[in-house]
Amino acid sequence: MTQSVAGRQAVSPRASAAALGMRVTKPRGLWSDAWARLLKNRMAIVGLGTICFFAVIAIFAPIFAPYSMNDQYHEKVYVGPVWQTGDWSFILGTDAVGRDELSRLIWGSRISLIVGFVPVAIRLVFGGVIGIVSGFIGGRLDNFLMRIADVFYAIPDILFAIIMSASYRDTWFGQQMGGLLLLFSALAIFGWEGLARLIRGQVLSLKQKEFIEAARTLGATDARIMWKHIVPNTLAPVIVSLAFGVPSAIIGEAGLSFIGLGVRPPTASWGNMLQDGLSSIYSQTTLIIAPALCVALLLLAFTFLGDGLRDALDPRMKQ
Amino acid sequence: MLQFVFRRTLWIIPVLITISLITFVMMKSTPGGPFDVTSSGRDMPKETQELLMRRYHLDEPDWKQYLIYIGAWPTGNDAAGAPIFKGVLQGDLGPSYQYKGRGVTDIIFAPPSVGGSLWESRFGRTATLGIFGFVFGVALGLPLGILAAVRHNTWLDYVSLFVSTLFVSTPGFVLAIFLMIIFGLWLKWLPIAARTWNTWQPWLLPSFCLGVGLSAFIARLTRATMLEVLRQDYIRTARAKGLAQNLILIRHALRNSMIPVATVLGPALAGLVTGSFFIESMFSFPGMGRMFVQAIGQRDYSVILGTTLLYAGLIAVANLTVDIVYAWLDPRISYK
Repeated sequence: MTQSVAGRQAVSPRASAAALGMRVTKPRGLWSDAWARLLKNRMAIVGLGTICFFAVIAIFAPIFAPYSMNDQYHEKVYVGPVWQTGDWSFILGTDAVGRDELSRLIWGSRISLIVGFVPVAIRLVFGGVIGIVSGFIGGRLDNFLMRIADVFYAIPDILFAIIMSASYRDTWFGQQMGGLLLLFSALAIFGWEGLARLIRGQVLSLKQKEFIEAARTLGATDARIMWKHIVPNTLAPVIVSLAFGVPSAIIGEAGLSFIGLGVRPPTASWGNMLQDGLSSIYSQTTLIIAPALCVALLLLAFTFLGDGLRDALDPRMKQ
Repeated sequence: MLQFVFRRTLWIIPVLITISLITFVMMKSTPGGPFDVTSSGRDMPKETQELLMRRYHLDEPDWKQYLIYIGAWPTGNDAAGAPIFKGVLQGDLGPSYQYKGRGVTDIIFAPPSVGGSLWESRFGRTATLGIFGFVFGVALGLPLGILAAVRHNTWLDYVSLFVSTLFVSTPGFVLAIFLMIIFGLWLKWLPIAARTWNTWQPWLLPSFCLGVGLSAFIARLTRATMLEVLRQDYIRTARAKGLAQNLILIRHALRNSMIPVATVLGPALAGLVTGSFFIESMFSFPGMGRMFVQAIGQRDYSVILGTTLLYAGLIAVANLTVDIVYAWLDPRISYK
């Protein structure tokens, strides 16, 4: 964006340049550029808005939820939703043991969002360290690390997340934080290799670039080159990859909890609500439609945001 | 090329060894053994437990158990002179701890009734479902992607882009819920939990749900690569020399835009296979995926271990095939 600043009173290099009749370009970095492109993408903003909406609900769950997660009303089992009963005390009705569905959905949003972010963050740490070290040091270490990554790449992630959750479910480790700790590990351990490969590739190609050579000529240390020059330049594709990693982790949780692994009942998660809902599908369909809609909406929002980020951060990809 | 195929095939071996090792270690570190309780749920007497442990070589040190399991350490012969356990290398996935007297291989590959075909076994059912899902994926995804690219920036493009984004983000088992409720519960066109799988109706929803994610993925990728290819000079040349539009699309554009699509088919096939766990549980499908999920519930470790190995092997072979097809499709890539 070019703007003329003629008429500004303060004397600055910019103003003096303007006084000389030159057009001055305000410097803009990759990030503000990308941000501007993202804001112009309507679907991405809708996605971001939806995610923020769910995040606010999750953070303020105690305020929004009309009941606590496991309040049971034994005399009120399978109460229909408000549009069937006209009773506003249970807006989405109650489940097979008389718990308020809406409250469980609200509490469950916490699990889905946490599970979306924590395993992806762990993957980033593992994958990032291995990718940078592998790409930067190279040689035998690189070869060794990449062969391990190849093996992990060939391992189907969800299959091993299932086995790991099944194996350690009844151990001390599996019982921490309502099964969340095990879930995080299962979703993270078998998913770091994609990021490691991506980051290594970026580091390898960046290492050849002139500006790295220039930095080295100026006497920059390896650590400085790594942090100041290489890492920031790998960020764009990594962010895009993370944006698509989050929904896959959410699907992982929903799937695992759906088949009875994952989050331990009575903690509510959208995944185990789907499982409960399936067994009540003939009695009351709201119980399965509601969590399914929430999962679908959140995943769609992340896909829109991911697409938007990809287009914004890598304009060459945009068609 | 031959050397590439050979080297690529050899690569399966360390992958399978690692997978079997990881799975084995995980199974071994679980609390409790397979014979802690009897089938009626009471505590098993200590003597019986020890007898069974010895019978299945579970009293040996762990490393030896692993070797016995994969078949690298011979077990003795039984009274009839046949080996008690042949090992995975010879296609024996071990005895099931829950289905007394049946082997895992038998459970997976044997048809439910005597004289049935392999297609009626759990493996056969899952394979059929996978093939249907794959056919759905390609048959829906390719035309949608091509159409969107050819009619770029028209309503057709927008609709197909929106539909494919919707389906690429919604996992099959969540989609299955909506379709089951609409077509099974409300319209009553299709059965929700079928008893027999000999007609086409019960197959329709599971295969659609399994394949739809793949189709959306293919549609998005085909659209993107097709748009890129259509902008190339040689397409303009083809048009300039007066070739019909359809001929250009099929002979020039489509073939080249298939290369990136081929590269993602490997992971996509793996997704199809693992997606079947959830889809099969959803529709009470009599296949390997649901058996696997049930085995997890029953802690039937030999079934879990055997099925994992089988799945991993299938996925490894699928990836290998895709890699070879890719190398054959695109002569520019080096065989390394």
